[in-house]
Amino acid sequence: MKPFKHLFGIADLDREQIEYLVNLGDSFIDINRRPLKKAPTLRGKTVINLFFENSTRTRTSFELAGKRLSADVINISASTSATSKGETLLDTGQTLAAMQPHVVVIRHSLAGTCEFLAEYLDNTAIVNAGDGAHEHPTQILTDLLTLKQAWGSPEGKTITIVGDIAHSRVARSHLLAAKKLGYNMRVVAPKTLLPSEIERYGCEVYYNFDEALPGSDAVYMLRVQTERLTDACAFPSVREYHEAYGLNAKRLKAAGDECLVLHPGPMNRGVEIATDVADSVKSHILSQVEYGVAVRMAVLAALCGGEGGDES
Amino acid sequence: MAKTIFDTVAVNRALDEMATSMASDNIYIIGIQRGGSEVADALQYRLKKSDATIHRGNLDISFYRDDLDTIGPNPEVRRSELPFDMTDKDIYLVDDVLYTGRTIRAAMGEIFDYGRPASLRLVVLVDRGGHELPISADITGLCHHAESGQSVKLNNDPNGWTIELRQVKK
Repeated sequence: MKPFKHLFGIADLDREQIEYLVNLGDSFIDINRRPLKKAPTLRGKTVINLFFENSTRTRTSFELAGKRLSADVINISASTSATSKGETLLDTGQTLAAMQPHVVVIRHSLAGTCEFLAEYLDNTAIVNAGDGAHEHPTQILTDLLTLKQAWGSPEGKTITIVGDIAHSRVARSHLLAAKKLGYNMRVVAPKTLLPSEIERYGCEVYYNFDEALPGSDAVYMLRVQTERLTDACAFPSVREYHEAYGLNAKRLKAAGDECLVLHPGPMNRGVEIATDVADSVKSHILSQVEYGVAVRMAVLAALCGGEGGDES
Repeated sequence: MAKTIFDTVAVNRALDEMATSMASDNIYIIGIQRGGSEVADALQYRLKKSDATIHRGNLDISFYRDDLDTIGPNPEVRRSELPFDMTDKDIYLVDDVLYTGRTIRAAMGEIFDYGRPASLRLVVLVDRGGHELPISADITGLCHHAESGQSVKLNNDPNGWTIELRQVKK
């Protein structure tokens, strides 16, 4: 298997690497469930979480992942970083790298931030925790670990992803992963929230949610990201959006008894997802949160580990 | 070139003797994945013939090794399964081959992250020498002094295990 230097996105990973990270994540689940939630795997390693966008679950998830593997974890958010005093992104990156961390986890509103910084920061592994509408690889690995628990393998399954596809890094990363792992993606959204030529990703495109439901093995609801909607005309009203594209109990029934519900969080109850669906037994939303920590442990361990060899 | 140093008769006799010295009413056995778990299975099979209650667990020590920097995380990590509370129990920790002692050190670290046993006793099928830490087994099936460039492995044979010595490095 190709070794990991950075984790920028699903686009850079091959099937073997994706499956490796998911399987490694699987083996970390147990540490998070036992009474003493700590293993010495990353003792002596330093992880910096550098978040230029607000995030609670992803940042907490990375922080717990690092700490439960005994790494030293430092969190920096945009409001407390020197960028708020006018420092450039590159200067912030180089300053932090000069303090010799092993891994810097970055979330930024601009696509390609991680690749840009990686060119200048030697000896530092960079993890993309979401860059604009580009990629969010650890969320997709999390989803794949959740689906592994439910299905074993996603191969041949159909995942219907609904909502603001145009602004969603999760949707984009899933479309890339689907091709590599052999599952089908249906995208559902009003035309105003779909990027042009989305079909080029090899997915099925629906404008009508009800038509996409039969035959779906999982329905993946995306949050309506009001902060990214620069065009206020993307959809008429929240109520109308919920009626046309919200997942309610009736729609879930139409999808069939085995259909799972996923959501990367945070949820807007009453907008993209009805409360009774979010809290139903078919919802795997909290499992996604739980397995997110395990997957991030796997990513940190893979980036800090050597390049393989025989056991002694 | 592999050379058999113990045949199936010797290995089976060693396992019988090990099981005899472990016998009691309530036995807690933890095997280290993978070889140690297989030896633990073989011991459990022998102990079942008595009336003892056997509690069995398996330990994967991948995340407790001290050589992550050189080997990277093992892609075939198996989950640790410890389906009993270890607190105040007398535990047998089982491995196939005792060499440097680093695996055992890692295993002890992991066990104490799960609970605080009353005692921990090390059971190994083969002690091949070359210890690098102050760790030795309480119950040893077989001993063979191997050189540092040699590897000692269990080999599956239709009648049971044989133990082979291989030259891995000059």
